Amino acid sequence: MGSVASCSCGSEKKQEKERLLRANDRSYNLSFHYAKNAIKTSKYNVFTFLPLNLFEQFTRLANAYFLFLLVLQLIPQISSVPWFTTAVPLLAVLAITAVKDANDDINRHKCDKQVNNRLVNVLVDGHLKKEKWMNVQVGDIVKLESNHFVTADLLLLSSSEPLNLVYVETAELDGETNLKVKQALTVTGEMGDNIEALSTFRGEVRCEPPNNRLDKFKGNLTINGQTYGLDNDKVLLRGCTLRNTEWCFGLVIFGGPDTKLMQNSGKSTFKRTSVDHLMNVLVLCIFGILATLCAIMTIGHSLWEDKEGSVFTVFLPRVPDVDVPLSSFYSFWSYVIVLNTLVPISLYVSVEMIRLGNSFYIDWDRKMYYPKNDTPAQARTTTLNEELGQIKYIFSDKTGTLTQNIMTFNKCSINGKNYGELFDFSGQRVEITEKTQRVDFSWNQLADPNFIFHDYSLLETVKEGNPEARAFFRLLALCHTVMPEEKKEGELNYQAQSPDEGALVTAARNFGFVFRSRTPETITIMEMGRKVTCELLAVLDFNNVRKRMSVIVRSPEGKMTLYCKGADTIIYERLHPSCKKLMDVTTGHLNEYAGDGLRTLVLAYKDLEESYMDGWRQRHHEASTAMEGQEEMLNELYEEIEKDMTLLGATAVEDKLQDGVPQTIEQLAKADIKIWVLTGDKQETAENIGYSCNMLREEMKDVFIVAANTAEGVKEELQNARRKMCPEAAEEPSVIKARAGLFWLQKTETVRDEKVDGDYGLIINGHSLAFALEKDLELELLRTACMCQTVICCRVTPLQKAQVVQLVKKYKQAVTLAIGDGANDVSMIKAAHIGVGISGQEGMQAVLSSDFSFAQFRYLQRLLLVHGRWSYLRMCKFLRYFFYKNFTYTLVHFWYAFFCGFSAQTVYDDWFITLYNTVYTATPVLALGLFDQDVNDRWSFQYPQLYSPGQLNMYFSKKAFVRCMMHSCYSSLILFFIPWAAMHDTVRDDGKDIADYQSFALLAQTCLLVLVSAQVCLDTYYWTALNQLFVWGSLAVYFAVTFTMYSNGMFFIFTSVFPLIGAARNSLSQPNMWLTIFLTSLLCVLPVLAHRFIFMQIRPTITDKVKYKAQMEGQPAPARRLPRPRRISTRRSGYAFSHSQGYGVLVTSKRFLRLKSRSALFTKTDTALVENQPQYYRTITEEPEKSQG
Amino acid sequence: MASSYKDEDGHISVKKPENTAFKQQRLPAWQPVLTAGTVLPAFFIIGLIFIPIGIGLYVTSNNIKEFEIDYTGLDPSSPCFNCSQNFSWNSTKPCTCSIPFYLEQPYESNVFMYYGLSNFYQNHRRYVKSRDDSQLNGNEESLRKPSKECEPYARHDNRPIAPCGAIANSMFNDTLELFYSDPNGTKTQIPLTATGIAWWTDKHVKFRNPGGNNDNLTAAFQGTTKPINWRRPAYELDSDPENNGFINEDFIVWMRTAALPTFRKLYRIIQRRNTMVPTLPRGNYTLEVVYNYPVRSFDGRKRMIFSTISWMGGKNPFLGIAYITVGSVCFLLGVILLFIHHKYDNRNNNPDISSN
Repeated sequence: MGSVASCSCGSEKKQEKERLLRANDRSYNLSFHYAKNAIKTSKYNVFTFLPLNLFEQFTRLANAYFLFLLVLQLIPQISSVPWFTTAVPLLAVLAITAVKDANDDINRHKCDKQVNNRLVNVLVDGHLKKEKWMNVQVGDIVKLESNHFVTADLLLLSSSEPLNLVYVETAELDGETNLKVKQALTVTGEMGDNIEALSTFRGEVRCEPPNNRLDKFKGNLTINGQTYGLDNDKVLLRGCTLRNTEWCFGLVIFGGPDTKLMQNSGKSTFKRTSVDHLMNVLVLCIFGILATLCAIMTIGHSLWEDKEGSVFTVFLPRVPDVDVPLSSFYSFWSYVIVLNTLVPISLYVSVEMIRLGNSFYIDWDRKMYYPKNDTPAQARTTTLNEELGQIKYIFSDKTGTLTQNIMTFNKCSINGKNYGELFDFSGQRVEITEKTQRVDFSWNQLADPNFIFHDYSLLETVKEGNPEARAFFRLLALCHTVMPEEKKEGELNYQAQSPDEGALVTAARNFGFVFRSRTPETITIMEMGRKVTCELLAVLDFNNVRKRMSVIVRSPEGKMTLYCKGADTIIYERLHPSCKKLMDVTTGHLNEYAGDGLRTLVLAYKDLEESYMDGWRQRHHEASTAMEGQEEMLNELYEEIEKDMTLLGATAVEDKLQDGVPQTIEQLAKADIKIWVLTGDKQETAENIGYSCNMLREEMKDVFIVAANTAEGVKEELQNARRKMCPEAAEEPSVIKARAGLFWLQKTETVRDEKVDGDYGLIINGHSLAFALEKDLELELLRTACMCQTVICCRVTPLQKAQVVQLVKKYKQAVTLAIGDGANDVSMIKAAHIGVGISGQEGMQAVLSSDFSFAQFRYLQRLLLVHGRWSYLRMCKFLRYFFYKNFTYTLVHFWYAFFCGFSAQTVYDDWFITLYNTVYTATPVLALGLFDQDVNDRWSFQYPQLYSPGQLNMYFSKKAFVRCMMHSCYSSLILFFIPWAAMHDTVRDDGKDIADYQSFALLAQTCLLVLVSAQVCLDTYYWTALNQLFVWGSLAVYFAVTFTMYSNGMFFIFTSVFPLIGAARNSLSQPNMWLTIFLTSLLCVLPVLAHRFIFMQIRPTITDKVKYKAQMEGQPAPARRLPRPRRISTRRSGYAFSHSQGYGVLVTSKRFLRLKSRSALFTKTDTALVENQPQYYRTITEEPEKSQG
Repeated sequence: MASSYKDEDGHISVKKPENTAFKQQRLPAWQPVLTAGTVLPAFFIIGLIFIPIGIGLYVTSNNIKEFEIDYTGLDPSSPCFNCSQNFSWNSTKPCTCSIPFYLEQPYESNVFMYYGLSNFYQNHRRYVKSRDDSQLNGNEESLRKPSKECEPYARHDNRPIAPCGAIANSMFNDTLELFYSDPNGTKTQIPLTATGIAWWTDKHVKFRNPGGNNDNLTAAFQGTTKPINWRRPAYELDSDPENNGFINEDFIVWMRTAALPTFRKLYRIIQRRNTMVPTLPRGNYTLEVVYNYPVRSFDGRKRMIFSTISWMGGKNPFLGIAYITVGSVCFLLGVILLFIHHKYDNRNNNPDISSN
């Protein structure tokens, strides 16, 4: 680590303009003082820790304020309380923070050490030598092996793979789990693993200076006078992992801190909760109050000095050279010190502790743990918990978030017969559940064990040899662009372009039509155990206009057939009229499937004449080699052949929703949370999902679709929708302008919610959204969208996702949450107040930038309705109580000032002041903030309405704060004047003094402590043993400490520090002391009790009602799950393809298959269906072009 | 943190959170709800408990006999008028005045004699801290070098002041003597006990003379000077060595500063000698005051108070009245709440929660 510092000091002063390095030439490279490969993410070392950490801590306002107070206290004229009253709490706070920081830094040190000490093979003096990472230098040649981490940013020299390719996983860099291909220059690749050649290699690299652009690299390599260009494809970045590559050699270009990974690890934006913002404002208000109080004290002081003090000089002479104005000035600061506890020092620390605790609860929650991939929920940001209880808008991604991105072959219609549903004896449809018996595919050795189907009749039909059923599955096995992979005999894996296709091919596979392998010219399938190799004559590929794909194959018997699958509307137009009757039946089935939210495809085939085919193929060849108009010619050809087809049937693929999505959405809707779906998917798919997860419902009054292509069109459609929903609404939105934030500097504009009768839905596509998000239309969009129950935006770019979130944030002043799983959701996750990542699916990018993460969408309801609600409740209760206890405590000083000549004399003993916040009242309020719950989680689910107080900021707001202040004023008046009246002119039961200052201090502080303990009891709903322990423990500690500090022993040891010797013994033995304590506490507590009771009786809140119900009934009755009613819909998503161009060309490309045969491409050996990884193919198709050029 | 095992489906669960009541937030808990069944009885019970306590306190306080004389002498007709007018710190001749008074009730038990001061800010911050507890505890070093807190009463004439500080300097130094005038005209002095008036802890722990058990206090205080306002040095406060120097009880009582600007401090105890005769029988008395203590300049008042005591200390009707009031208010509130409860109760039991 030291090396970084030492070597960077020389070079980094002047900005590096260009990097120049020579392979295997350490002395040459050293002359540039490039950073070595050691990294240092830690902030401190043993010596710098204390000064640096302290400096950092004092840059925080609260700490600086208390440091300032401490300095004030050291000025003798001002010091009203000894220095330790501030120093001890401040030290405690600093120590806690420092320990936490130190622990974090030690972890970073360990991590750095571990990384720096990793070993790698480095070429030194013609030999490979194991070296620690930190000793690797720029210009070294290192050898990496499969599954190794890339040591530094390397220029790839050579690899074990053909064409000098290497495969890297970049998950740590960009979160994408799929492999990327990098390729070395041919000239360096020729060296292979020839150590001699490599060690004599003297290539010179000239490239850009270190930067953080992951996707760009510019430079050139000069070997023997020849210069070759370098780009990003030839560079392996640190943070990647080498996969499926036996070995490779690389030249270190950037090391350690210069690597793109380290250059990218900047600070992320810091999110703050609305309670934080409010707290800042309140603290500012408190400063104002403090200043006012001190000013009043100053005036009082000068009046007193003028009238009383000037004559009292007989016994209390003035300090020399201090006249009334000066002494009043001093008094102002003295009172700043005395009343400083209005701004509670331990507040921030306690808030952080409570948030941390509540975050741990999220991590620990078993009900948010997903056993299938062993993923617990995770609170990645520990400072946003209470915000989870205030969410008003949720922005959700679709794929991977609402859906599993798994397609399952669910139903099919073959020759007019519907398969895939189960009926009981009475003919009633049976709900298919986890427990329903599955069809046994064990007879088929090549079957996919993960495939689940419940209807036995289909298998029987196939086994019986039904020709339509066989043709149906043969079509599914032949007509696709899936790539098979068979690592071991019988272990088939499919790489499908779209998960739908994978599902269909897998279905065929399980029903005995196993797609086994393909070459550019043939497709081999196992047809009911018999190997059949068909000749592939043509692939009529899918695209967005055609919405269908076909293959033309010649069976071993020589029969030529065209197999076609595609969207129903498209296929129906191209069917032979003889299919009319079958079409009607199939249409009925299709409607049913659509009603269930399934994605449908229609299958058809056509037998072809040998003679016709010859001619067609000839023309096809000409068309595909034509230089101009190639596409049109091909389309014409396709149209010509794809007609008069015979209908086979239809498939229904389920875009599987994650478990519990509709229920979750329903719950969240009940909690008055609005859910907007922002998806990159097509409108049809999005709409379909909207229906299947219950966001769009058939009974909605209207579902508006905004799909105009001009700004005017969008405006009109939005306005029409708005007028239809709310004809009486004003044309102009009502905007409330306000100022908020610190010093009211922030201007806010809030668009008011408008009431609408009935439910509406809004679907808006990407084009229209682009227009609608323009400045002049955004308010229109917002108004219309907010009137609707459901908003779905489709074909949305990541940037637009963020813009939509920003729009709502800006004009609704509501708390937003964004949830997503992919890299395209990162922008909105970062933009929203709270970002939630779905972990364990597509990659880590979303999770890495999220604040909370878990594996399933349905956990969101627990996160919000249980954890969020509790966190908010706890935080608000905590804050209210905390402010109350400190105000009450401090204001007593204020009242006392009127009786002590405004001399800044404190009411309490100095040690009580020191320990009040840090010891005596610290734990009960923490217990309140960590354990309290109004009703348990099951009731929270039962009544999602309980969530609404958080959205309305009901538990902690400026109003609540003012109420809290008033309550404190009352309490402090009682706390001062009851003891005052009781003590005044009173003596002990043996006639001795008890109205002395020390006894009064003891009485006042005991009253206070008993009162705040009683108040915390009153505020606690949920009394665990720990709460009891903390409350009673605090009181016990108080008495123990008090008696100890006032004991003879302590007095003898520290005579001047503990002057209150005997006060506790002498006064707490008096009955009227205890009667006063009792009276004071009751007088403060009873009004609160009565007030709460009255409000519970007259205006019970939802919480009161549910609490009452919970008290009466214990646990809520388990909710009955009603099977969802069957719907029939004519609205269906027409096709089950991805919306990108198909891979037909690739499938028939020889290059592709040659590479593929190494089977190095496909690394994901689990479910092939999950993957949708076009990158594999893309990189490789570009590759031949490059080598040519 | 988490255990590693396979669950029923064969999934490996390494990170599965532990199933403890604490981590799952299922800690057993008592959840009291404010219901009519708990709140109303609480109010009634508090009312029922407070009222008798209050009455008891009030009666006790009322039974305490108290007699007070203001002898400041502001009024020209007052016997002490002259003394109060001609006050000077330097006067060597003490001014005395005698105030006759008549006790209408006999005082049966021990009678406590207090002096009271008003408008005297013994709780002023600068006053309160103007002392040196180490010095008062007999610390030799502090005796020679009083703490800075004592300024400007730390040193005088280049010699340390013992006891130092504004509190000690301003010690109350009037002498009060009480004479009973028999109906037959003879004046007898009533013996006043000057010990046993300070806290035990103060007398035996907090305050100690320098030089330990050295009987020769004069030697122990060698090199120090008396507080400026004092007429005698500390070691001449009393002839009794157990009540001299820093452990002089009058001094200790004074050093226990009062919480409020109007206060009383125990001066003497009139012990009951004879069970048959009241301590202070009804009749004429004379209070002989050696008027040393100036309060006129700051509008102060000086009083002399006789009081008997009870288990709850001196006369203070406040607690009794407060308890009776609070008890009654509680009772009344209970009734009001009961009424409200009757009127609105059905709302709370409304099963239709979602209607809200």
